[in-house]
Amino acid sequence: MISNNIVYKNGRSLFEQKEINVSGFLIAAYHHFGMNYPKFYKMDVISKLGLLATEVLLKDDFKIENYKAEDVGIVLSNANSSLDTDLKYFETTKEMASPALFVYTLPNIVIGEISIKHRLKGENAFFVSEKFDAGFMQQYVSNLFNNNILQACICGWVEVFGEEYKTVLFLVEKMNSNTAQLFTIENINKIYEI
Amino acid sequence: MDKLIADLKVQIIEQLNLQDTKPEDIGDDQPLFNEGLGLDSIDALELIVLLQQHYKIKLSNAEDGPKVFKSVKTMAEYITEHQPKV
Repeated sequence: MISNNIVYKNGRSLFEQKEINVSGFLIAAYHHFGMNYPKFYKMDVISKLGLLATEVLLKDDFKIENYKAEDVGIVLSNANSSLDTDLKYFETTKEMASPALFVYTLPNIVIGEISIKHRLKGENAFFVSEKFDAGFMQQYVSNLFNNNILQACICGWVEVFGEEYKTVLFLVEKMNSNTAQLFTIENINKIYEI
Repeated sequence: MDKLIADLKVQIIEQLNLQDTKPEDIGDDQPLFNEGLGLDSIDALELIVLLQQHYKIKLSNAEDGPKVFKSVKTMAEYITEHQPKV
């Protein structure tokens, strides 16, 4: 989870830098986690949030080699779509429209950036709803698993508008595990509220 | 020409958000795309914007792009040749 200038994993704070704006914070976190992915600098805020949160989520715990690239999907959601970037892009059109910003004026671009970085090719979707909807997320992703479309899925909420932001990602795997929580609406809501 | 090349390197880094790159990392003749600086198609569009914003030059023929944006030096030569005279 990334919120209020703190990066958490499983409820534990991994990095914190207060009194800095969201862009500065994300660059500081990028360096802290040693990401070494120069394209990060060019991304809009929502893509930076999604990429950073995925990095933290998958680091150490996820063995991509256990899966085919086509079996790992991404299902994300938020409230403001790409509005934060849309408005920044609109500002540039008053003088000279920025191609680099224009390519980020869709909310699902963050999914593309995560997929490229982690070489994931599975089913993906981005939903926009006023509030995080654990019930919908549980139903949608379970359906992908039940139909053997995916074996694992990065899910969650990647929201930003101005300096207000919150990102909560979690990994769902179809295989049985003794240590993982069950993929229930109650558990999803607990993760979101941590 | 040397001053223009130096200015261009700073402007390219700023315009393209190449925050891990320093002006001295970019060779005058180093290819900007592919195996060189590794720029992509969106970066190419941003270079066109850079020419318009900083030098008031519009690239009238898109087919000139690969030749103009081959390196910082070829960009500087194109600017010198096409910059509006004050």
